[in-house]
Amino acid sequence: MTTGDGRRTTGDGRQTTGDGRQTTGDGRQTTGDGRRLTDDTRRTTGDGPTATGEFEMVVGLEVHVQLKTATKIFCRCSTDFGAPPNVNTCPVCLALPGALPVLNDHAVELAIRAALALGCEIQTTSIFARKNYFYPDLPKGYQISQFDRPVATNGRLRIVVREGDAPIDIGITRAHLEEDAGKSIHDRFPSATAVDLNRTGVPLLEIVSEPDLRGSEAAAAYLRALKQILEYVDVSDVSMEEGSLRVDANVSARRFGDERLGTKTEVKNLNSFSAVARALEVEFARQCAILARGGRVEQQTMLWDERAEEVRPARSKEGSHDYRYFPEPDLPPLVVSPDRVERIRAALPELPSARRDRYRRDYSTLTEYDIGVLTSSAAVGDYFEQLASGSGDAKTAANWLMGEVLAALKSTGRGITSFPVRPDALSTLLHMVRDGTVSHSAAKQIFGIMIATRDAPTQIAEREGLLKVTDDSALVRWIDEVFSEHPDEAKRFVAGERRLQGVFVGHVMKRSGGSADPKRVNQLLVSRTAGT
Amino acid sequence: MTAATESVRAAFARATEVGAGRSALNILLYADQNGALERAAELDRAPTGGALEGRPVVLKDNIATLSLPTTCGSRILEGYVSPFEATATRRLRDAGAVVIGKSNMDEFAMGSSTENSAFGPTRNPLAPDRVPGGSSGGSAAAVASGIARIALGSETGGSVRQPAAFCGIVGVKPTYGRVSRYGLVAFASSLDQIGVFGQRVDDAAACLGVIAGADLLDSTCAPEPVPDYRAASRDGVRGLVIGRPVEYFPAELDGRIREKCDAAFARLAGLGAEVRDVSLPHSRLAIEVYYIIAPAEASSNLARFDGARYGLRIEGDGLRGMYEATRSRGFGAEVTRRILLGTYVLSAGYYDAYYRKAQQVRALIARDFQQVFASGVDLLFTPTTPTTAFPIGSKSDPYEMYLSDVFTCTANLAGVPAMSQPIGRIDGLPVGGQFIAPHFAERRMFAAAYALEAALGEEAGR
Repeated sequence: MTTGDGRRTTGDGRQTTGDGRQTTGDGRQTTGDGRRLTDDTRRTTGDGPTATGEFEMVVGLEVHVQLKTATKIFCRCSTDFGAPPNVNTCPVCLALPGALPVLNDHAVELAIRAALALGCEIQTTSIFARKNYFYPDLPKGYQISQFDRPVATNGRLRIVVREGDAPIDIGITRAHLEEDAGKSIHDRFPSATAVDLNRTGVPLLEIVSEPDLRGSEAAAAYLRALKQILEYVDVSDVSMEEGSLRVDANVSARRFGDERLGTKTEVKNLNSFSAVARALEVEFARQCAILARGGRVEQQTMLWDERAEEVRPARSKEGSHDYRYFPEPDLPPLVVSPDRVERIRAALPELPSARRDRYRRDYSTLTEYDIGVLTSSAAVGDYFEQLASGSGDAKTAANWLMGEVLAALKSTGRGITSFPVRPDALSTLLHMVRDGTVSHSAAKQIFGIMIATRDAPTQIAEREGLLKVTDDSALVRWIDEVFSEHPDEAKRFVAGERRLQGVFVGHVMKRSGGSADPKRVNQLLVSRTAGT
Repeated sequence: MTAATESVRAAFARATEVGAGRSALNILLYADQNGALERAAELDRAPTGGALEGRPVVLKDNIATLSLPTTCGSRILEGYVSPFEATATRRLRDAGAVVIGKSNMDEFAMGSSTENSAFGPTRNPLAPDRVPGGSSGGSAAAVASGIARIALGSETGGSVRQPAAFCGIVGVKPTYGRVSRYGLVAFASSLDQIGVFGQRVDDAAACLGVIAGADLLDSTCAPEPVPDYRAASRDGVRGLVIGRPVEYFPAELDGRIREKCDAAFARLAGLGAEVRDVSLPHSRLAIEVYYIIAPAEASSNLARFDGARYGLRIEGDGLRGMYEATRSRGFGAEVTRRILLGTYVLSAGYYDAYYRKAQQVRALIARDFQQVFASGVDLLFTPTTPTTAFPIGSKSDPYEMYLSDVFTCTANLAGVPAMSQPIGRIDGLPVGGQFIAPHFAERRMFAAAYALEAALGEEAGR
């Protein structure tokens, strides 16, 4: 009953929760399975296995995304990360007396782009509000945010919890613009707190989900999907490490089949996707233990302690603040015309799900796994598409990209857009393999040199003597040499022990530095055997 | 020595003569004679031809200046010098005006008598045992005593018009958004507006013409073009319909003030205006609404004075102790009262009953004005204040003090322009009459003010 009312008050958003579960109807199977699966995981990870078994985890996530603007949301200071403390500041973000905020329109543009990618409705009029609280890293004594009239509402994000599961839609209640606070540094000086206000006023989009997520795996899947879509539309660096994506999790427990939502707690201080999942499990287990012995969960803010792998209540009842929100009188209402929304919508890049559909259509040789990896980011997909069309062979392009290229990226920690080997050069190399100019193993060597030197593959192949050697005189000389190095095996091979042929091919290939044509080497070796 | 230097020298000589310093009338908190003379000499050497070339100007202490402190009459900002200047300050200087000093004010513009300054009260130059009004009392007194012909003040609920009335000069509160608030230290952002004082209507018109207009640094500043306000001196009032809002002439109004207003109406009628009784029924709720909205915004605007970055800082037990010590010692009683009041009305559980309700009534007050102006009324005329300047220390009850703004704060709530000008004297003390105009109709308002000023002549009691 309460949930029913609650649903109506929160409006459409909540509806999704209600339906979410019922609609998952056809997906009910999946959700059902999902429940049992997450439940099983809990049995193995949670510390209250018997307690958690009767309960389902209900999660809603609040994600703060730093929008990729050059300047702050209400002043012209740079948003550069890593400048010396308090350098990127001005009268506005220092809250000097008499300074006033002026909205950065690019932040609005990026917020709308992100919200549209998440299927949100963009509000023609939204209102900035002041969230009042005292803290040294909040210079004005209030944060400019949006409260009861956010810029975007009522979206959804499609996620797949586990490979092979049917996709489910997670409701997005709202997305609103706000400014970041500064940074308090407590461990720099022995008896004082240092404050760095470089980050003050950096634009954030807070994306609030419905409590539609069931279990920590679903929460992690939601975060992966969200990160991916935000990367696709290029609104944020979405890096938890650099703080451009931050997550607070609302979690509650209820008995399976119960319609009502349980009392939630908010878990903060989550520094990675895996921390989110682990913290949820730990907090859920704590709540289950309370509920199982007939107790009541207290609504409060919990902090995740990464090292101790535990949650503990935030000091000083952080959750019980009265923020005294009221409309920000220094800023007029944010008015976004339907025309502008349509312009931004029309300019949206292809989203991940559309790209996956297209790959299924256009590249029949790829597996679902391939498609998942190749569409993991728009940049990887773009690289793949150029490579596939340049090389004329999608499957080989996919294999090279997923093997050599991604491995090289991983070891260098670089992004694919700044990867030194561009798709056209790599296409040339793949052509060289296909037409027999170089062997596969030589190609790998050439690739390594391309990363280091950015030289053209043909040039490298010539310079390093990696062109495939088909000249019999060179091949015969190498065979003679390896035969004389391994006289016993040579004798046995010539006498007819054919299984040694592979070993000798290997020796010759090695001696040739990969340049020998293995096909011809095989033929020449066979011609030496007794049978001929 | 030529014009600019002569004016600036004369201004400082006059300041000394009238006792503008802290020990006497306490009009100017900060003055920079050398800087002002240097600037004047520069102007004399290379005139800019600006609209206010060489004219000395006094600024209220809550308007940011580079050369002088900006302390809002508060302990908490004592010694604070702004690293940037207000848009209004810059425009005055660009027009050739010479800033000679910063004037005393009620702390953070909260008050109607300039008794709430942390640096002592300002005395009314016309009657030193009386208040000059407030909160821009220092600027009003500077103009009334002849130190400068023009000065800037700021309005939130009547803080320019009321002291103008008490000091017998002209005071203008422009339309909300007419003048940039950038560099005006915020009291209540949705009400605040920089205003101008002038010895005569023409001084105020010239000054407003310079500081008005769009500013990219203030998102609430309007893009409307700025007409030539001084040209309004030729417009006259013939054919204008001037409303007499009955709520502003209540039965208990001082009969002598009513008489002065009636005389002004008679003059206006004589010049060809039509006087018509009108009603603004929600205006009677204005004080209550004002004293919810203004403190609510103030409680938030003044949160930045926390001792962390600038201004006063008094160490205490931990962070909270520092906040408490700094703010309780840094703010005076009236400011503290309003912060508490504002915090209360925004609190969970009270917001709907107070703040939201007040915003709804504010909309009704504004609608009254719209409807009256839409009905063919061009301007309204009312008394500026219910009394003349009262003795220093005579109003100890804050609510009684708040009633000083009963006829003025409606214009702030509605965002419309209004101005006060002298219309006579009672027992030697000036009486102010107020014109109120529709949004951005300052030129029409000035036209009537010029006409009335000319018609009253000596009778205005300047």
